[in-house]
Amino acid sequence: MIDTVELAAKTPDQSQPWDELGLKADEYQRIRDILGRRPTNAELAMYSVMWSEHCSYKSSKVHLRQFGDKAPQSDALLVGMGQNAGVVDIGHGYAVTFKIESHNHPSYVEPYQGAATGVGGIVRDILAMGARPVAVMDSLRFGPLDADDTHRVLPGVVAGVGGYGNCLGLPNIGGEVVFDPSYAANPLVNALCVGVMKHDDIHLANATGVGNKVVLFGARTGGDGIGGASILASESFDDTKPSKRPAVQVGDPFMEKVLIECCLELFGAQVVEAIQDLGAAGISCATSELASNGDGGMYVQLEKVLLRDPSLTPGEIMMSESQERMMGIVTPENLDAFLAITARWDVETAVIGEVTGTGRLIIDWHGETIVDVDPRTVAHDGPVYERPFARPPWQDELQAAGPEGLARPSSGDELRGTLLRLLASPNLASKAWITDQYDRYVLGNTVLAQPEDAGVLRIDESTGLGVAIATDGNGRYAKLDPYTGAQLALAEAYRNVATTGARPLAVTDGLNFGSPEDPAVMWQFAEAIRGLADGCQALGTPVTGGNVSLYNQTGDTAILPTAIVGVLGVLDDVARRTPQGFRESGQVVYLLGETRDEFGGSEWAWAEHGHLGGRPPSVDLAAERELAEILVNASRDGLIDAAHDLSDGGLAIALVESVLRYGVGARVWVPDGLDPFVFLFSESQARAIVVVPRSEEVRFTDMCSARRFPHQRIGMVDDGGVLDVQGQFVVPVDELRAAHESTLSSTFEA
Amino acid sequence: MARVVVDVMLKPEILDPQGKAVQGAFGRLGFEGVASVRQGKRFEIELDGEATPEAVAEIERAAATLLANPVIEDFTVHVEAGV
Amino acid sequence: MRIGVVTFPGSLDDRDAARAVRVAGGEAVSLWHGDADLHGVDAVVLPGGFSYGDYLRCGAIARFAPVMEPLVDAARGGLPVLGICNGFQVLCESHLLPGALIRNDHRKFVCRDQPLRVENTATAWTSGYAAGQQIVIPLKNGEGGYVADDRTLDELEAEGRVVVRYAGDNPNGSYRDIAGVTNARGNVVGLMPHPEHAVESLTGPTTDGLGFFTSVLEGLVRS
Repeated sequence: MIDTVELAAKTPDQSQPWDELGLKADEYQRIRDILGRRPTNAELAMYSVMWSEHCSYKSSKVHLRQFGDKAPQSDALLVGMGQNAGVVDIGHGYAVTFKIESHNHPSYVEPYQGAATGVGGIVRDILAMGARPVAVMDSLRFGPLDADDTHRVLPGVVAGVGGYGNCLGLPNIGGEVVFDPSYAANPLVNALCVGVMKHDDIHLANATGVGNKVVLFGARTGGDGIGGASILASESFDDTKPSKRPAVQVGDPFMEKVLIECCLELFGAQVVEAIQDLGAAGISCATSELASNGDGGMYVQLEKVLLRDPSLTPGEIMMSESQERMMGIVTPENLDAFLAITARWDVETAVIGEVTGTGRLIIDWHGETIVDVDPRTVAHDGPVYERPFARPPWQDELQAAGPEGLARPSSGDELRGTLLRLLASPNLASKAWITDQYDRYVLGNTVLAQPEDAGVLRIDESTGLGVAIATDGNGRYAKLDPYTGAQLALAEAYRNVATTGARPLAVTDGLNFGSPEDPAVMWQFAEAIRGLADGCQALGTPVTGGNVSLYNQTGDTAILPTAIVGVLGVLDDVARRTPQGFRESGQVVYLLGETRDEFGGSEWAWAEHGHLGGRPPSVDLAAERELAEILVNASRDGLIDAAHDLSDGGLAIALVESVLRYGVGARVWVPDGLDPFVFLFSESQARAIVVVPRSEEVRFTDMCSARRFPHQRIGMVDDGGVLDVQGQFVVPVDELRAAHESTLSSTFEA
Repeated sequence: MARVVVDVMLKPEILDPQGKAVQGAFGRLGFEGVASVRQGKRFEIELDGEATPEAVAEIERAAATLLANPVIEDFTVHVEAGV
Repeated sequence: MRIGVVTFPGSLDDRDAARAVRVAGGEAVSLWHGDADLHGVDAVVLPGGFSYGDYLRCGAIARFAPVMEPLVDAARGGLPVLGICNGFQVLCESHLLPGALIRNDHRKFVCRDQPLRVENTATAWTSGYAAGQQIVIPLKNGEGGYVADDRTLDELEAEGRVVVRYAGDNPNGSYRDIAGVTNARGNVVGLMPHPEHAVESLTGPTTDGLGFFTSVLEGLVRS
């Protein structure tokens, strides 16, 4: 018996499973008030997924507004927040769209498919804007490297990211991997995709033009992830409610590859007005968002949806999260041409409805109306919570317990041992075991990829126009001070982009936190957003869009507050990019920026002492801006041959990474007045090392002096095959390499 | 209606990395007495009509040209009873 | 000289192969899997990727694409054909080249800059290299393990039909470190590593791969 609108009006007292669908009592009442009757089962399904935390941002909305309110003036922003992804002007008529999305819980439940469909989802978001996806990146967080569950989750996630991205033909050009006990049972899988188009090709996902056809194309609809959007992302896993475990979505990257080429051909032939991808909440989301962003009305005959599983109920069809599906808005005149293109790609297509001017989203099932709603109430007017937040009582204690009392290495031998142990520690060890499973070459435009500071892509072969993208996010810093921590994540991604010679332009963010119902977590969240919004304003880089993932916690223990920040920059000529590795013997190494005794939240304190306390390194965005200008100008003017930003593990780790890239050697001396330990391992910000050919030394130092930016001559590149920190220690490059490169492979190849 | 099943296995002399991995996992998980594991593929083919000798021969031809690569794989075809 | 690059559903490195042809000085002509016509090209590249998702076996379904009919005939008649990665798999499935490619022995996709030794410089695609020359080009695949029975392997060795061999560590368990082979006539070459991704110093680890494309272009000009 199908629950119709007519029936719902006659049976107001019929009990409904709103609780099981993740709605609160007052939310259910609000749906009844909006409709003036009880919702049908299909309507209930629709509201429940669209009003879930994942789709409605109901807990985060009030804070996220700051990204708009504080947005810096930027001519580069062509499309801002609120669409599938933001769009940035990079010159020469080109625009770039990029965004991060999380797929955390699904990747814990089924690591391979969870991660794979995470990549698939963000790629479709980018595609829906009219752009050709050109690269992906992944930010991953796992529990301790030696934990059993990490051995289950990590290989699956990596194979999933690689399996899907490799098969789609998108180079994976960067990202990060961090291990911390708080991510055990709460791994983070944030995927970023970047796409390119001409300005004229930008498409917004709006259903306009009364009489235009609504077309569903791509994979068939099955029972994948039903309830996933609301149940999966709204409530933490709790052993007492095993029934809430979701059905896993399974990805088909071949279908998605075909869908990419098919959509780009549809856009290119100008036979489609708008395309919306189907992700969380499937048809519910696509129809209500397309309708409410357009002329406001849509009529759908749901029985026309092509099904993989014919036993699905109308509510299930509307909630299904089957992957690799798109919804298009097509004028009647273009329909035949549209269908010819989908047929050429063997993509199954069904016309399921049309755009109306009624202001209502009406969905019929075999002639009976099962949904009759104002689409805005579904897509945009969901509940908004001003959740209570409060600085947790333990914050003072945490900040008071600084790293000052920790035993520090003092002799050369001790410093040498510290370096080798840090190099092999999970967070600083080479991630090649992971990134070698990703294709970084496909599409033939990858100029720099991991382990470089940022991924760099050539966009236009004729002009050399290119972009650089980096993601960063240090959860330990944010735990000590979420406001500063979010700014540090921004500062590092910004610095990484500038290190390659690119001018930073815009930001996307992946905000991963614990339960918003915990005032302490909500405070971390509010502080992080405030910090990020203020930081973006100070750096002149607007937030173009992003993703919020809450409820990442086990019991009362939340993950480290993890704001992952992606920064996009532009290079007018990618041939000028600055790589990370030292290469030419005789070139001079300069340290840019000021080094202070800053070890709160540092990798040294964590890896050597298991300590997390005190204050994170201080953030100086004006200095970051200045440093970026130096790095960008030096790259453009050919003053430097290599550069590497200083971050986790400090100067010593950066030196080793730069030396290992091409297997050269380096001789370094400790500047007067600096403690060797602080010099080597402090995590002071706004710093980088650069390599300057002798012929450019005067011009380079003159530029730094004119800007009054601290710069010290700290060493020379040589071909001696050792890292020689003069007066302290010498380590052969082979020994550095062995320490750096064996940790992950020996863990996962055992 | 009848179901024909095609089983495809790597030839014994061809290395099977997946089978080897499963065998290794058996050891780690404490399943004893396993000498070797080989992993293969199973195709379940629903026929429109009965599994006549002609229909089965047709499937055998399909197995030899498409489902299996005779350079590295062997296959068997059988009709599943009671479907 | 016009070199065709075939696009199957799921082909990924087709644009890159076309770029390599252009960088080498040729004209790239794009060929569609469903079109049983080679459009008069002078040589063909079957590019890398995951044709039809590689769900059955790598290259197994692409082999039956309409474009393959005239291609197989032309290859038997001497048309230079280069199969890269998935293209190599398609050539083996089509029986234009002996052997087959199976899952890497470590069961992971691997992407790395791979040293190779060029052992046969008499083929249409390697005539520009010096015998024994070491080159480094990207390798990126999940199913790159070259296998064949001993008799076939011995035959390949005896006839000098191993075109390129992995130098240093064997990255995938290929029998006898074989990275690429040719047919008896030397016009059809298949290899797992990607020469088309080593044609520009900006985007490749080296430009060592360019020789595959300049070799065939020079050969075509001479003939």
